[in-house]
Amino acid sequence: MLTILILLLILMILGAIIALEGKDLLSAIISLGIVGFALVLVFLILQAPDLAIVQIVVETLALIILIAAILKTTREDTTETRGAKKIFIYLCGLGFLGLFLFFINQTLTELPRFGYPIMRMAGNYLSLGLTKTGASNLVAAIILDFRGYDTLGEVTVLFTAVMGVIVVLRKIGRRTREKLPDETKVTGSRKIEEK
Amino acid sequence: MIYLLCVLLLLIGLYGVLVKKNLIKIIIGLSIMEYALFLFFAVIGYREGGTAPIITKGFEKAVFVDPLPQALVLTAIVIGLAVTALLVSLAVRIYEKHGTFDIRKIRRLKG
Amino acid sequence: MRGMTLIVKTITRLIVGLIFLYGIYIVFHGHLTPGGGFAGGIIIAGAFILLVLAEGSEELSTEVKKWRASLFESLGIFIFWFLAMLGVFAGTFFFLNLLPKGKPLELLSAGIILPCNIGIGIEVGAALFAIFITLAVLKGKGDKE
Repeated sequence: MLTILILLLILMILGAIIALEGKDLLSAIISLGIVGFALVLVFLILQAPDLAIVQIVVETLALIILIAAILKTTREDTTETRGAKKIFIYLCGLGFLGLFLFFINQTLTELPRFGYPIMRMAGNYLSLGLTKTGASNLVAAIILDFRGYDTLGEVTVLFTAVMGVIVVLRKIGRRTREKLPDETKVTGSRKIEEK
Repeated sequence: MIYLLCVLLLLIGLYGVLVKKNLIKIIIGLSIMEYALFLFFAVIGYREGGTAPIITKGFEKAVFVDPLPQALVLTAIVIGLAVTALLVSLAVRIYEKHGTFDIRKIRRLKG
Repeated sequence: MRGMTLIVKTITRLIVGLIFLYGIYIVFHGHLTPGGGFAGGIIIAGAFILLVLAEGSEELSTEVKKWRASLFESLGIFIFWFLAMLGVFAGTFFFLNLLPKGKPLELLSAGIILPCNIGIGIEVGAALFAIFITLAVLKGKGDKE
């Protein structure tokens, strides 16, 4: 099982590299799909079916949103740097990442070994979850009962993010519309707002 | 070994955010970093020989994996999608205004 | 965004109801089986998005749909906050599991977790559908007028 996990992780890393280095933005986004759908399989192997269900749909929707944006703009990546500047940028980036890896590698030895987590808090949740909340899905018991504040905040963040999307992508501003009386063909939202 | 691979994935996403000049590539890098974090949480909570933390009839006393990281990640995935959509909408608006995704050419941020 | 071919439209009309039903099932059994408000809400949003992708957004009155999606999103978050404040109204703690727990492993159990799941499902589904419909009605250079 560990071998399959490591193979999937290597697949994810390859997909991530292709997604970042591809010249065509559409193929880059499809390669991002490799990472996301491999993550679904990893969740299933790691015994997290809740996460697998959410991730598989979220990945599909993320691809749809990104592809819709790409089709409305452009799919060519014309931001190539050339010459000595490119080498300098890459060396700086890789040097920083190497330093990061060095320090984080020392931290990783302090973590519990893979497969043997310290379950100081979760032990209580596992033993008391069914009697205290009555929910047999312990993940649901945690997100909606033991740690409900967290979910409340997250739902509020989601609401705010969607409001942001709607405000950023609204059709035309009110002031701009008054200046351009010809373009008053769009009626739907205007009528609703005037009510 | 597995932790190191997760960190490598995180670093690849960070590399995309730091080095790439295209807005869509930066968004992809952020998504990869998110995925690496979700993966790290799920890996931390795994228990050798454990089953999914769902109690069914006859399995009340089985060995379960840690449900706490799963609960934290579950909400974060949905938030990640909403944040990606917000970034994409901003990128689309910037493209409409400036005609490019290149962050070096988006200099004038006025009006 | 233009619609797809007749084959896609017919198949979509056949399966979109099933996908919607599956989303509702996931929401309502969130405290018993894997899933819950977040997963079910996203599946419900996926059913609507499939419908819009197949039929095309030109014939649909997308502005009205966006307005309704915002309304349902507000309704979902209102349900969730109201259930959280229920404990305060009853004179105890915020976010207390007031309702009767019921018998474990049955549908009507686990107190406020089931209504909370329904609220979150409505909120998430409407939110993601609102995001998609906002992006879909945007006029880009790829769309031919």
